[in-house]
Amino acid sequence: MATVTLIYFAKIRELIGTSEEEYPLPEAGATVQALLESLMARGEPYLGAFESGRVLAAINQEMVSLSSGVADGDELALFPPVTGG
Amino acid sequence: MVQETPLCITVAEQDFDAALLTRELLGGQGDAGALTTFIGLVRSGDVAFAAGDSAGTAPLRAMQLEHYPGMTEKSLRKIAVQAIERWGLLGVSIYHRVGRLVVGDQIVFVGVAGRHRREAFDACAFIMDYLKTEAPFWKKELSAPVGLGEQGHWVDAKESDQQARERWNEKAP
Repeated sequence: MATVTLIYFAKIRELIGTSEEEYPLPEAGATVQALLESLMARGEPYLGAFESGRVLAAINQEMVSLSSGVADGDELALFPPVTGG
Repeated sequence: MVQETPLCITVAEQDFDAALLTRELLGGQGDAGALTTFIGLVRSGDVAFAAGDSAGTAPLRAMQLEHYPGMTEKSLRKIAVQAIERWGLLGVSIYHRVGRLVVGDQIVFVGVAGRHRREAFDACAFIMDYLKTEAPFWKKELSAPVGLGEQGHWVDAKESDQQARERWNEKAP
Protein backbone atom coordinates (compact mmCIF):
# COMPACT_ATOMS: atom_id res chain seq x y z
CA MET A 1 0.00 0.00 0.00
CA ALA A 2 1.16 3.51 -0.80
CA THR A 3 2.14 5.39 2.34
CA VAL A 4 3.49 8.79 3.30
CA THR A 5 5.54 9.83 6.29
CA LEU A 6 3.70 12.53 8.20
CA ILE A 7 5.77 14.92 10.29
CA TYR A 8 4.22 17.38 12.70
CA PHE A 9 5.64 20.49 14.32
CA ALA A 10 4.88 22.89 17.15
CA LYS A 11 1.26 23.06 18.37
CA ILE A 12 0.11 20.47 15.83
CA ARG A 13 2.76 18.01 17.06
CA GLU A 14 1.69 18.58 20.68
CA LEU A 15 -2.01 18.18 19.92
CA ILE A 16 -1.49 14.96 17.95
CA GLY A 17 0.96 13.64 20.52
CA THR A 18 3.57 12.34 18.11
CA SER A 19 6.14 13.94 15.83
CA GLU A 20 6.07 11.38 13.02
CA GLU A 21 3.92 8.55 11.69
CA GLU A 22 3.36 6.47 8.58
CA TYR A 23 -0.02 6.99 6.94
CA PRO A 24 -1.69 5.21 4.01
CA LEU A 25 -2.49 7.42 1.02
CA PRO A 26 -6.30 7.60 0.71
CA GLU A 27 -5.97 7.21 -3.09
CA ALA A 28 -3.35 7.56 -5.81
CA GLY A 29 -2.59 11.23 -6.47
CA ALA A 30 -4.44 12.39 -3.35
CA THR A 31 -3.95 16.06 -2.51
CA VAL A 32 -2.68 17.39 0.82
CA GLN A 33 -6.21 18.67 1.43
CA ALA A 34 -7.70 15.18 0.85
CA LEU A 35 -5.17 13.72 3.24
CA LEU A 36 -6.01 16.32 5.89
CA GLU A 37 -9.71 15.49 5.50
CA SER A 38 -8.95 11.80 5.81
CA LEU A 39 -7.02 12.47 9.03
CA MET A 40 -9.77 14.68 10.46
CA ALA A 41 -12.35 11.99 9.68
CA ARG A 42 -10.57 9.85 12.27
CA GLY A 43 -11.71 12.31 14.96
CA GLU A 44 -9.48 13.36 17.83
CA PRO A 45 -6.70 14.27 18.18
CA TYR A 46 -6.52 15.05 14.45
CA LEU A 47 -9.77 17.01 14.37
CA GLY A 48 -8.59 19.44 17.05
CA ALA A 49 -5.16 19.76 15.48
CA PHE A 50 -6.40 20.68 12.00
CA GLU A 51 -9.93 22.09 12.25
CA SER A 52 -8.68 25.65 12.77
CA GLY A 53 -7.51 25.54 9.15
CA ARG A 54 -4.25 27.28 10.10
CA VAL A 55 -2.02 24.57 8.66
CA LEU A 56 0.88 24.78 6.23
CA ALA A 57 2.36 21.87 4.31
CA ALA A 58 5.77 20.90 2.95
CA ILE A 59 6.46 17.88 0.77
CA ASN A 60 10.02 16.57 0.94
CA GLN A 61 11.02 19.84 2.65
CA GLU A 62 9.55 22.19 0.02
CA MET A 63 6.52 24.36 0.83
CA VAL A 64 3.44 23.33 -1.15
CA SER A 65 -0.19 24.41 -1.37
CA LEU A 66 -2.94 22.20 0.05
CA SER A 67 -4.01 21.38 -3.53
CA SER A 68 -0.65 19.69 -4.29
CA GLY A 69 -0.58 15.95 -4.92
CA VAL A 70 1.16 13.58 -2.51
CA ALA A 71 3.02 10.52 -3.82
CA ASP A 72 4.03 7.19 -2.32
CA GLY A 73 7.05 7.59 -0.04
CA ASP A 74 6.76 11.36 0.30
CA GLU A 75 7.64 13.12 3.53
CA LEU A 76 4.67 15.39 4.24
CA ALA A 77 5.19 17.92 7.02
CA LEU A 78 2.16 19.65 8.53
CA PHE A 79 2.68 22.68 10.75
CA PRO A 80 1.20 26.00 11.90
CA PRO A 81 2.22 29.34 10.34
CA VAL A 82 5.85 30.03 11.23
CA THR A 83 6.96 32.40 14.02
CA GLY A 84 10.76 32.61 13.94
CA GLY A 85 13.07 35.59 14.13
CA MET B 1 27.96 34.41 -9.73
CA VAL B 2 25.75 33.52 -6.78
CA GLN B 3 27.84 30.56 -5.72
CA GLU B 4 30.87 32.84 -5.42
CA THR B 5 29.12 35.09 -2.92
CA PRO B 6 30.06 34.13 0.66
CA LEU B 7 26.96 32.68 2.26
CA CYS B 8 26.87 31.29 5.78
CA ILE B 9 23.76 29.67 7.27
CA THR B 10 23.70 28.26 10.81
CA VAL B 11 20.90 26.91 12.98
CA ALA B 12 22.13 25.90 16.44
CA GLU B 13 21.41 25.91 20.15
CA GLN B 14 24.69 27.62 21.03
CA ASP B 15 24.90 31.39 21.35
CA PHE B 16 26.72 33.37 18.65
CA ASP B 17 29.43 36.02 18.70
CA ALA B 18 28.16 38.80 16.43
CA ALA B 19 31.64 40.37 16.09
CA LEU B 20 33.09 37.05 14.93
CA LEU B 21 30.25 36.43 12.46
CA THR B 22 30.75 39.95 11.09
CA ARG B 23 34.50 39.45 10.59
CA GLU B 24 33.87 36.12 8.84
CA LEU B 25 31.30 37.79 6.60
CA LEU B 26 33.79 40.37 5.37
CA GLY B 27 36.47 37.76 4.90
CA GLY B 28 39.10 40.32 3.95
CA GLN B 29 37.43 41.36 0.70
CA GLY B 30 37.86 44.97 -0.31
CA ASP B 31 34.79 45.46 -2.51
CA ALA B 32 32.29 45.99 0.31
CA GLY B 33 31.41 49.59 1.15
CA ALA B 34 28.64 48.75 3.60
CA LEU B 35 27.89 46.12 6.16
CA THR B 36 24.62 45.93 8.07
CA THR B 37 23.75 43.56 10.89
CA PHE B 38 20.56 42.80 12.74
CA ILE B 39 20.30 40.93 16.04
CA GLY B 40 16.94 39.77 17.37
CA LEU B 41 16.60 39.34 21.16
CA VAL B 42 14.19 37.71 23.58
CA ARG B 43 12.15 40.62 24.93
CA SER B 44 10.65 40.66 28.43
CA GLY B 45 6.92 41.14 28.93
CA ASP B 46 3.70 39.44 29.90
CA VAL B 47 2.56 36.45 27.83
CA ALA B 48 -0.68 34.53 27.66
CA PHE B 49 -1.25 31.21 29.39
CA ALA B 50 -4.19 28.82 29.72
CA ALA B 51 -4.11 26.01 32.27
CA GLY B 52 -7.33 24.17 32.96
CA ASP B 53 -9.80 26.75 34.24
CA SER B 54 -7.12 29.40 34.69
CA ALA B 55 -6.14 31.73 31.88
CA GLY B 56 -4.46 35.09 31.86
CA THR B 57 -1.03 36.59 31.45
CA ALA B 58 2.22 36.15 33.35
CA PRO B 59 5.80 37.39 32.90
CA LEU B 60 7.79 35.58 30.22
CA ARG B 61 10.28 33.17 31.79
CA ALA B 62 11.78 31.59 28.65
CA MET B 63 11.17 30.88 25.00
CA GLN B 64 11.32 27.44 23.37
CA LEU B 65 12.26 27.53 19.68
CA GLU B 66 11.55 24.59 17.40
CA HIS B 67 12.63 24.08 13.78
CA TYR B 68 12.46 21.58 10.93
CA PRO B 69 16.04 20.28 10.58
CA GLY B 70 17.08 20.33 6.94
CA MET B 71 14.17 22.35 5.61
CA THR B 72 14.90 25.32 7.86
CA GLU B 73 18.47 25.60 6.59
CA LYS B 74 17.29 25.22 2.97
CA SER B 75 14.66 27.89 3.49
CA LEU B 76 17.20 30.35 4.97
CA ARG B 77 19.59 29.65 2.09
CA LYS B 78 16.84 30.32 -0.44
CA ILE B 79 15.97 33.65 1.22
CA ALA B 80 19.66 34.66 1.27
CA VAL B 81 20.11 33.76 -2.41
CA GLN B 82 17.05 35.84 -3.33
CA ALA B 83 18.59 38.83 -1.52
CA ILE B 84 22.00 38.26 -3.14
CA GLU B 85 20.43 38.19 -6.61
CA ARG B 86 18.17 41.18 -6.00
CA TRP B 87 20.84 43.52 -4.61
CA GLY B 88 24.06 42.02 -5.96
CA LEU B 89 25.34 41.50 -2.42
CA LEU B 90 28.91 40.55 -1.52
CA GLY B 91 28.08 38.33 1.45
CA VAL B 92 25.26 37.14 3.69
CA SER B 93 25.40 35.43 7.08
CA ILE B 94 22.35 34.14 8.95
CA TYR B 95 22.55 32.48 12.39
CA HIS B 96 19.33 31.41 14.11
CA ARG B 97 19.19 29.80 17.53
CA VAL B 98 16.81 27.06 18.63
CA GLY B 99 16.06 25.44 21.98
CA ARG B 100 15.41 27.22 25.25
CA LEU B 101 16.24 30.92 25.43
CA VAL B 102 15.70 33.40 28.26
CA VAL B 103 14.98 37.13 28.37
CA GLY B 104 17.86 39.09 26.88
CA ASP B 105 19.23 36.14 24.91
CA GLN B 106 20.19 36.59 21.28
CA ILE B 107 17.85 34.74 18.89
CA VAL B 108 18.93 35.63 15.39
CA PHE B 109 21.81 37.33 13.55
CA VAL B 110 21.62 38.61 9.99
CA GLY B 111 24.67 40.20 8.41
CA VAL B 112 24.80 41.64 4.90
CA ALA B 113 27.79 43.00 2.99
CA GLY B 114 27.17 45.16 -0.07
CA ARG B 115 28.76 47.84 -2.13
CA HIS B 116 26.58 50.68 -0.78
CA ARG B 117 24.56 51.35 2.36
CA ARG B 118 21.11 51.43 0.77
CA GLU B 119 21.31 47.89 -0.59
CA ALA B 120 22.83 46.62 2.65
CA PHE B 121 20.05 48.17 4.78
CA ASP B 122 17.30 46.98 2.44
CA ALA B 123 18.65 43.46 2.02
CA CYS B 124 18.98 43.00 5.79
CA ALA B 125 15.35 44.06 6.32
CA PHE B 126 14.23 41.88 3.38
CA ILE B 127 15.93 38.81 4.86
CA MET B 128 14.32 39.34 8.27
CA ASP B 129 10.87 39.96 6.75
CA TYR B 130 11.12 36.74 4.72
CA LEU B 131 12.67 34.75 7.58
CA LYS B 132 9.77 35.64 9.87
CA THR B 133 7.14 34.48 7.37
CA GLU B 134 8.80 31.61 5.48
CA ALA B 135 11.50 29.88 7.51
CA PRO B 136 10.12 26.95 9.55
CA PHE B 137 10.69 28.09 13.13
CA TRP B 138 8.07 28.09 15.88
CA LYS B 139 8.23 29.94 19.21
CA LYS B 140 6.61 28.85 22.42
CA GLU B 141 6.43 31.35 25.27
CA LEU B 142 6.96 29.84 28.71
CA SER B 143 5.72 31.48 31.87
CA ALA B 144 5.27 30.42 35.49
CA PRO B 145 1.94 31.76 36.79
CA VAL B 146 1.79 31.60 40.60
CA GLY B 147 0.86 28.11 41.75
CA LEU B 148 0.49 26.65 38.26
CA GLY B 149 4.02 25.54 37.38
CA GLU B 150 5.52 26.23 33.97
CA GLN B 151 3.00 26.93 31.23
CA GLY B 152 3.58 27.13 27.49
CA HIS B 153 1.83 29.20 24.85
CA TRP B 154 2.59 28.89 21.12
CA VAL B 155 3.07 32.30 19.52
CA ASP B 156 0.56 33.09 16.77
CA ALA B 157 1.79 34.29 13.39
CA LYS B 158 1.16 38.02 12.93
CA GLU B 159 -0.65 39.56 9.99
CA SER B 160 1.71 42.56 10.23
CA ASP B 161 4.66 40.24 9.47
CA GLN B 162 2.88 39.01 6.32
CA GLN B 163 2.26 42.60 5.27
CA ALA B 164 5.91 43.51 5.89
CA ARG B 165 6.96 40.70 3.56
CA GLU B 166 4.43 41.55 0.87
CA ARG B 167 5.70 45.12 0.68
CA TRP B 168 8.85 43.78 -1.00
CA ASN B 169 6.80 42.64 -3.99
CA GLU B 170 5.72 46.22 -4.63
CA LYS B 171 9.15 47.84 -4.31
CA ALA B 172 11.67 48.01 -7.11
CA PRO B 173 15.16 47.06 -5.88
